[in-house]
Amino acid sequence: MDDIINGVTEAIHLIITMDPEVMEIAQRSLTVSSEATLIAALIAIPLGAAIYYFTFRGKRVVIGTIQTLYALPTVLVGLLVYLLVSNSGPLGGLRFLYTTNAMVLAQVLLVIPIIAGLTIAGLSSLDKEMKYTIQSLNANAVQAIITLCREAKFAILSGVMLAFGRAIAEVGAVMMVGGNIRHFTRTLTTAISLNTSMGEFATSIALGIILLSIALIVNFAMNIIQNWHSGGQKDV
Amino acid sequence: MKKLLPVFGMVLLLVAVIFAAGCVGTGDDSGNQTATPTTSVPTATPDQLKIATTTSLYDTGLLDSVQDYYLDTYNVDLLITSQGTGKAIQSAKNGDVDVLLVHAPAQEAEFMDSGYGVNHRGVAYNYFVIVGPESDPAGIKNMTPEEGLTTLKNLGEAGDESIIFVSRGDNSGTHSAEKAIWAAAGLNYTAEVSGNPGSWYVETGSGMGDTLTVAGQKQAYTLTDEATFLTYKKNNNLQLVPIIDEGETLLNRYTIITINPEKFPNTNVVAATDFTNWLISADGQKFIGDYGKEVYGKSLFSPMVTLADSTLPPFNIDSTTAVTVPTVATA
Repeated sequence: MDDIINGVTEAIHLIITMDPEVMEIAQRSLTVSSEATLIAALIAIPLGAAIYYFTFRGKRVVIGTIQTLYALPTVLVGLLVYLLVSNSGPLGGLRFLYTTNAMVLAQVLLVIPIIAGLTIAGLSSLDKEMKYTIQSLNANAVQAIITLCREAKFAILSGVMLAFGRAIAEVGAVMMVGGNIRHFTRTLTTAISLNTSMGEFATSIALGIILLSIALIVNFAMNIIQNWHSGGQKDV
Repeated sequence: MKKLLPVFGMVLLLVAVIFAAGCVGTGDDSGNQTATPTTSVPTATPDQLKIATTTSLYDTGLLDSVQDYYLDTYNVDLLITSQGTGKAIQSAKNGDVDVLLVHAPAQEAEFMDSGYGVNHRGVAYNYFVIVGPESDPAGIKNMTPEEGLTTLKNLGEAGDESIIFVSRGDNSGTHSAEKAIWAAAGLNYTAEVSGNPGSWYVETGSGMGDTLTVAGQKQAYTLTDEATFLTYKKNNNLQLVPIIDEGETLLNRYTIITINPEKFPNTNVVAATDFTNWLISADGQKFIGDYGKEVYGKSLFSPMVTLADSTLPPFNIDSTTAVTVPTVATA
């Protein structure tokens, strides 16, 4: 019980005083996860939209696989990226291991399925007539996909936010490929893990509160935008 | 068009966050240095030395202090990753780090014999301790480590439910030391202890701190290095006390090894050589010997320099001869 009270007290203290090391760690977590989410979105949204739009053999299998990969184990991604970017691995020349680049790469792989899958789901929930109408207006594939994505943008955005949440809360993969190096690759989750194993529970709780706050802010922002959007539609 | 505005807003927000946090950098050599707010580095960009080490050495906080001091004094940033002896050695074998700082004599010897390492030097030592509940239900106080563990095993197998031994079980340096004690007691670890354990033998498969937590919660015995135990006990309400702290098999010796540049030419051997020489210098040895005195009342690590001769058993390690930058034979 004392641990929890001390932790909350220390958390408030660390946040109010803007403790430089804590701020640095929080900032790094945000940067790495934002970059990863952005890169993954640039790959996964067009990918998901193309899978939705085109008819091809094995489409159901592809979609099923993507949905299964929502639960991609993070340590498996960590292991894969570790083996890829290790100095003796195929991408060893990049010297990515134990840098934030490797962490971004791991998170990108981790969240691509989520964004792609939710893009497909978002587009599938649109009225089917819309696709045919757009096609009948002689739109080419790219124009049609862009128009459909615009219609489903809030569903797609939800996917992106969900992906960001998974990326920033992730610990296994970034620990393996980032190495939890102080002032260099330490993030909120790996710092929590380290402080817990050092018995510094109060600091762990403090960092946990900051991590939770970031997740809450992102989700509230998403809710506000969605409510604002549906409210606007009623007026039309 | 109106509907697009919120999307634009979110993208702008995301971009703003990235730019605001941009000074953290993404791992490129020029950007990340500004992420060190507590130090005032004069002019040049610090050199970087990548170190793989064990959790039990890192978790005491010694290496964080060394990192700050070394950056201020020599303008070299020590990038320290601690993930347990097994992974530390594997990282070194892959050439992902420049030096290795570990405490597992058998694994070190194998590493050196396979040609992965050069410039092996001893830097510090302390002792492992067998800790347990204050009541000492097995009554092993004043026994040798071998007798103590054997007694725990016999009582545990006889069905005494108050006897539990918690093992790291993770191939760490501490786990290796535990296996060495079982071997010294004349037992086959794989067959007689780990392979056929019974409920008295618990393997956590995690770091020293976590293992101490488990042992504390279960009121069990465990083997720990003294430094982590003192650090952890101070920070927590850990209900364990040292039970056995004497015996040759409890010696815990920390050494540093430079990754052989013949295997990986792109490692930072110059910084590795300088760092090794600093650690065994009077200044470095004093830094190690002083660490923790104020907070814990005693130093957590004894510098190797306090020994008359570290090359004799049970230490068997050179800790005084300065090292030189290893030369790579050009084919």
